[in-house]
Amino acid sequence: MAAVADIAQAGTSAPAPRAVARRRERPQAWRWIVLILAGLYFAIPLYAAFKFAGFKAFTKVFGQAGFSDAFTLSLRLALITTIITLVLLVPTTVYVHLRLPGIRRLMESVTILPIVIPPIVLIVGVLEISPGFLKASPNLLGLEYVVLAMPFAYRSLDAGLRSLDLKTLVEASGSLGARMPVTLWRVILPNLRTAMLSAVVLTVALVLGEFTMASLDLYQTFPVWIVNFEQSSGPVSVAASLLALIVTWIFLMVIATLGNRRSGKAGGSAVTLFSVSRRDIGGSE
Amino acid sequence: MAETTAPAAAPGTPAVPGARPGSAPAAILRSLRRVAGIIPFTVYMALGLLIPTVAVAVKAFQNSATGSFTLSNVKAASSGIYFEGFKTDILLSIASAIVPGLIGFMVAYAIFTARRGSLLRQVSITLSGVFANFGGVPLAFLFIATLGSTGIVTGWLTDLGFNLYDHGFTLFTALGVFLVYMYFQIPLMVLIILPALEGLRPAWREAAENMGARSWQYWRFVGIPVLLPSFLGCVLLLFGASFSAYATAEAMTNGTIALTPIQIGTFLNGNVIAGQENVGNALALGMVVIIGVIMIAYTLLQRRAARWLR
Amino acid sequence: MTTGTTASEATGQSATSGAAAGGATVVLQDLSRSFGATKALDGLNLEIAPGELVALLGPSGCGKTTALRILAGFEIADSGSVTIDGRDISPIPAARRDMGMVFQSYSLFPNMSALDNVGFGLRMRKLAGAERKRKAGELLDMVGLAAQAQQYPHQLSGGQQQRVALARALAIEPRVLLLDEPLSALDAKLRPQLREQIRSIQQRLGTTTLFVTHDQEEALSMADRVGVMSQGRLEQIAVPSELYDSPATAFVAEFVGTMNRVPGELRGQSEVTALGMTVPVQEGTADGLVGDVDVLVRPEGLRVAAEPNGNGIVTDRTFLGSLTRISVRLSGDLLVKIDKQSTEAADMLPGTSVSVTLPSAAVLVAARA
Repeated sequence: MAAVADIAQAGTSAPAPRAVARRRERPQAWRWIVLILAGLYFAIPLYAAFKFAGFKAFTKVFGQAGFSDAFTLSLRLALITTIITLVLLVPTTVYVHLRLPGIRRLMESVTILPIVIPPIVLIVGVLEISPGFLKASPNLLGLEYVVLAMPFAYRSLDAGLRSLDLKTLVEASGSLGARMPVTLWRVILPNLRTAMLSAVVLTVALVLGEFTMASLDLYQTFPVWIVNFEQSSGPVSVAASLLALIVTWIFLMVIATLGNRRSGKAGGSAVTLFSVSRRDIGGSE
Repeated sequence: MAETTAPAAAPGTPAVPGARPGSAPAAILRSLRRVAGIIPFTVYMALGLLIPTVAVAVKAFQNSATGSFTLSNVKAASSGIYFEGFKTDILLSIASAIVPGLIGFMVAYAIFTARRGSLLRQVSITLSGVFANFGGVPLAFLFIATLGSTGIVTGWLTDLGFNLYDHGFTLFTALGVFLVYMYFQIPLMVLIILPALEGLRPAWREAAENMGARSWQYWRFVGIPVLLPSFLGCVLLLFGASFSAYATAEAMTNGTIALTPIQIGTFLNGNVIAGQENVGNALALGMVVIIGVIMIAYTLLQRRAARWLR
Repeated sequence: MTTGTTASEATGQSATSGAAAGGATVVLQDLSRSFGATKALDGLNLEIAPGELVALLGPSGCGKTTALRILAGFEIADSGSVTIDGRDISPIPAARRDMGMVFQSYSLFPNMSALDNVGFGLRMRKLAGAERKRKAGELLDMVGLAAQAQQYPHQLSGGQQQRVALARALAIEPRVLLLDEPLSALDAKLRPQLREQIRSIQQRLGTTTLFVTHDQEEALSMADRVGVMSQGRLEQIAVPSELYDSPATAFVAEFVGTMNRVPGELRGQSEVTALGMTVPVQEGTADGLVGDVDVLVRPEGLRVAAEPNGNGIVTDRTFLGSLTRISVRLSGDLLVKIDKQSTEAADMLPGTSVSVTLPSAAVLVAARA
């Protein structure tokens, strides 16, 4: 081995041999093996789905029976959920950061609750206690999705607020004569733009992908339509899934890039995406 | 005789000098005003989250016909096919937590300790975030297209002489579900173990090396002990995610698999034997209890990890 | 530019505890290392005598940390050699080099108590449990932390952590001790105490030590010899007083202590005219220079006296205790700082006209900036 030969050379005034370098390079091989295998596992099903659907199916998606109704319903629910989420959570998180910092621990536990009480359990309870008029409308789903979206929206807003020195900003604004509503509108919200966008995107992605509660509440939202439509045409169903997937990806890439640019380092987007990744625990599943 | 005691308190004033009358209610009012800001949130969560859960818990102990207290629902939920459902779900979730946990850890370590290439890290974080959110319906279909009876990989393997389906393989089992769950569990693990990996300081590795430790010794004495709480915590989280997952399994198997979430679903679909309507509630309650215990353990582990990885 | 050891190495002075103690001789020869396009080390030559504490001093990016890490085995030089007691250690991996290293911060293993941290190196050397604990206890005692033996790093303050790190490095009785800016992450108030402690332990044990820092006060107060580095090269290595009094290059002169730059004109190679005076030039410093140069003078070197129609006006006066630092603006918009005994500086209020003169001793010159 090269190392032995080099030690034999030791003591001479020859320049330092590179034997040690080899020791460092060897562990690198396993890195690539792991990454390539993982990459294959993720890429093959995607490829399979594309092949299975075929190009034609993509074009046919939009014209299918029930597609537009289902998609419109999902969009409407997304709108309701997003508005309620923002109106409810932005003031709440600001308030917690400003006036009740001691409660932050409690709030973090609260955001774990939708994991402990998963959608499948929630829908059982919701259907049992909802008054009839609510059950007769799909908007009930919109209301309930706010609960599902809460952890992610809260985390996004919380992360955004933590990066500001909120107390100082509010005090500065107050010392210059602004009252709280003005401060909120002109000082706090503009600085929360990325966090709010992140919360909105996560909420919309959640609603557009939520299957569990919608199907059991017997409303045909977009994901429910995809599953039901599989009976009629597999390829179109798969194509619709892929489309939904691609759109979600684009959204998420957008927040990731925005999150990076704002925070300036790779870690920033990780926080956002971590919030994002909990979605399948509380959301689409 | 000179008065040596303080003059008697005038009637109407409190016996304790300095206290103001009605100070207790005033204090309550003050605390109320402090929490006023989070009342809307609390009310919404109570209505949307707590009350439905309480309803489930209550109904679990109610006779579906008469409404009187009974343990029969709970008994039914913990025996027979429902017991099977829990068992399968738990076993599936254990596998679906440990295997992707280990793989995810290796992938995360491979990515985040690479010297060069912060581009690799960036892309990986984004991709992981995207894949971790990929679940439910689209994922199920992806795998049907891959490993279903007419799936692509099935075809490739048959071409290579190994027909999966001849050997009794089918996606519609716990094994199939396990294979599919890995698709979002692995990226999820990558994302949630990331902070712990970033907390692993290179100085520790170098200090260990400097002290004469070889790679495996570093891992044995420093790396693994330090990462273990975080790793276990993440594995628990993966367990929770898998245990309560519904959409993927449902989309893949159309309700034919014996898993607790699926079984709860059938109750909502009305496929119930008379008199057993509330068993679904008992099942749901069981789920909440199990996940609740897991989440408590998770929180404790995370606190331990946070102490060391500051 | 001076490289390698200077004539005033004065090994007799530096090996204070004698070569017989545990220290080894370290020789870095022609070390070079580039990171991409940046040359971190450019032919570094350094020799450390047994038991000597050499400090590498310089701004960030000068290569001092790279040199240390190459010595430790965490980096590999592109060219050049490292020998310990005459033996080339380049092929030896870091884990087997038998050197103790103290890192800048947070290097204690968080999952082990202070005692276990200190005993880690001993455990790697297969020392039995009881023996290991005893030795580790002794070392903790040496750094004054015997009471904290069972505490975990997160329970210790920064200063305590670094002391444990020092004990850990010394536990293995290394022949070379490496310190990578160990005090820079600590509170300024803590540093003097820790400096003393590190120095006294090092002298007592006689361990050859390489200490890297960007803080000149640290280097000058602790080291037997200080090597000033810039851009991968060693500008000068000498005992602290010599660095201060006889800087070999302009960089060293300005990096160590405060230095004034006064424009002047060379007369031949041995004299320079500035501020209306002609004074001798320090031997050898005018090599290669001609015509317009800058004269480098310390604040305590310049003379200043109140004088109507002098060559300068006082702009600022800062009371520093026994000394007062006076800023004077000379013609040509030149600002100089002069230190004067506070008792004599009482009348030097801002706005006073003064006369500034050079000392009559030999001065250092450098190329006009």
